[in-house]
Amino acid sequence: MKKKILSMVLAVALVATLFAGCGGTATTGAAADAGAQSASTGLFPAVPKDQIKVGVIHITDPAEGSGYTYTHDLGIQGMQKNLGLADNQIIRKNNTNDGDPTAIENAILECIEEGCQIIFATSYGYMDTCEKIANEYPDVIISHGTGYKSNGKNFNNYFGRIYQARYLSGIAAGLKTESNKIGYVSAFGKTLSETGGGIDAFAMGVESVNPDATVYVKVTNSWFDPEGEAQAAQALISDGCDVIAQHCDTPNPQLAAEEAGVYGVGYNSDMSKDAPKAVLCSVMWDWSAYYTWAVEQVINGTWTGENYYGGMTEGLVKLSDLADFNDPEAAAKIEEAKKKMLDGSFNVFDGVIETNEGTTVGTEGGTLDDATIQGGIDWYYRNVVEK
Amino acid sequence: MSDHTTHKEPLLRVSKRRELTKRQAFGVKMISLLLALIAGGIFLAVLGFNPFVIYGTIVSGAFRSKLAVQGTVKLMIPLLISALGVTLAYKMQFWNIGAEGQIIMGAVFASYFALFHSNWPRPVLLIVMLLAAMIGGGIWGLIPAFFKNKWNTNETLFTLMLNYIALHIISFLRDGPWRDPANPGFAKIATFEENATLPKLFGVHIGWLIALILFVLVYIYLKYTKQGYEISVIGGSKATANYAGMHVKKIIIRTIFLSGAICGIAGFSNAAGSDLTLATGVAGGVGFTAIIVAWLADLEPLGILVVSFLFAVLDKGSSVIQSAYGLSTDCSDVLEGIILFFVIAGGFFVRYRFVPRKRKEEKGGENA
Repeated sequence: MKKKILSMVLAVALVATLFAGCGGTATTGAAADAGAQSASTGLFPAVPKDQIKVGVIHITDPAEGSGYTYTHDLGIQGMQKNLGLADNQIIRKNNTNDGDPTAIENAILECIEEGCQIIFATSYGYMDTCEKIANEYPDVIISHGTGYKSNGKNFNNYFGRIYQARYLSGIAAGLKTESNKIGYVSAFGKTLSETGGGIDAFAMGVESVNPDATVYVKVTNSWFDPEGEAQAAQALISDGCDVIAQHCDTPNPQLAAEEAGVYGVGYNSDMSKDAPKAVLCSVMWDWSAYYTWAVEQVINGTWTGENYYGGMTEGLVKLSDLADFNDPEAAAKIEEAKKKMLDGSFNVFDGVIETNEGTTVGTEGGTLDDATIQGGIDWYYRNVVEK
Repeated sequence: MSDHTTHKEPLLRVSKRRELTKRQAFGVKMISLLLALIAGGIFLAVLGFNPFVIYGTIVSGAFRSKLAVQGTVKLMIPLLISALGVTLAYKMQFWNIGAEGQIIMGAVFASYFALFHSNWPRPVLLIVMLLAAMIGGGIWGLIPAFFKNKWNTNETLFTLMLNYIALHIISFLRDGPWRDPANPGFAKIATFEENATLPKLFGVHIGWLIALILFVLVYIYLKYTKQGYEISVIGGSKATANYAGMHVKKIIIRTIFLSGAICGIAGFSNAAGSDLTLATGVAGGVGFTAIIVAWLADLEPLGILVVSFLFAVLDKGSSVIQSAYGLSTDCSDVLEGIILFFVIAGGFFVRYRFVPRKRKEEKGGENA
């Protein structure tokens, strides 16, 4: 009998909590539904700033404090600050596994549930799921970083000329190496223009100051593979490489370089925080440049669905400060090249370029167009060897 | 242990309870749920959150809108199907920890037809995929059952290990023969043509309908068929089953095949319904959660229906509190873990009790 009463009390208590919860959210739901009106020039109506909600899908957790996701989140925080948005206007879905389309879908749908008008999906592997959901929810903007798909309306692609900063970092690496062997840990190789072009730009930077050096590339076949990235770096180091550059998500290649007493070039965030004795400089993104621009378009109702491809001029791409153990010539040489990039007299992929198979790409006096840079670099520069 | 022994009796010992009545068992479970909420509440309070608000959000997060309800139902589908699957094996006291692998192999077999025969008429293609998934999952169950029958191998380890083999088969296909050539920057298998995907009904892929049909079938199978009866006899005692003239080995093979086949259907529904491709995350731990679901429900289909629903609510709600309160995903995992821990402990106390050390041991167990 006692137990019967107890279980009844419990049931009542449980039901009470249920209702408490339901009451709480009725208001948030209404706020989310209250869209914005007002005519505008873009594809979507303007949204009052205090009603905008921004979703972000991260592949890991920004709390890592370094690397890919952290860098994207710095960009989101920068955007939030630039536009003066409140914390609850940003919905983050962290640790969204790119190998689990259902998890990706659930994360994006949850942002839609929360009333987000624009959702940034930061990782390459989210692409196909983004495309599908964008078609199912034409009123929500899904902006996918890296990758190559878009629909010109509510599904766009954003990326940037990271190869510019890679070229500059190649100068630091080329001057520093003594063995004339430079390692490069890359998620993918020349099968993907993003990585292939990055390797080539880096190798050109190396060659500009050190024609005798060779760039050895090791591919991990994954954007985020802490163990594989460390192992690739260790293998390159044991082959004699004394500078390790990288195009992957974790700082592990830099940590491996520091452990082995060699040097490195970081990527995404300033990795001298992770490996202060090894990192010469880092190739960095400042995503706040894009995120601020994009969210502003949505607020103003001027979103056109076009893709975004920014570079050093827009402040999207930059090279970190140089560590003081760089070659004494590095700073001046980098500054010189940077100046030429900013004034447009040098675009990295200029003129006739010789590949490592002896063929040539490009034309005298010309430069590769953006479409080729983004999707058509399937060759390595002449001083590159893939291991 | 008798009270005449000279050994020192431990302070507490575990003894099996007399059967509790349904109502008593329910009471124990409710108490453990309450304790779970209290312990989770302390954890949340330590983190500086108001537990009532968070719990409220878990529940409302699962039901706050049509989209949320659809999300919850979607999470429930694979749980329900695979919990029904493992139940067949557990009823027979066959410790099938391999649901994860069986889900994956079901998805792999179904994906073959989705990828290479997507031009078949949709109903035909989907039915072939369903059957292929059953065969795939079934085979993954048969292997350990065969070895168990033949050499009396340990099925717990065997089925567990097969999970990892299945997972690596997907990685192999993804990086090698089935890799999508249109996607140079990311190793993945191509997205299925629409023809090879499950249609939607009320906003959720029809996996939910398949799950409900399976629920009815398994319910009838276990309760009202001869084969269902045979399973429970073998589960009670193999010797009895032998004595009654049952063909024990044959029944084990048949039942484990069915168990794996049902899990395989979960893989089919995940791949063709929500992933729309074959991905390494196709099972995503569901095969393990299903085991907990099955046991919490005392291997009763009706209970499985309820428990898998509650799990889906917890899962969906936890995901909402992560983004709504900036709680890290680890925190919502811890919270889910605390709740599970207490609920499972509740299950333990339904079957066992702690007996404190006494001068004179009372005979007869429960006195309440």
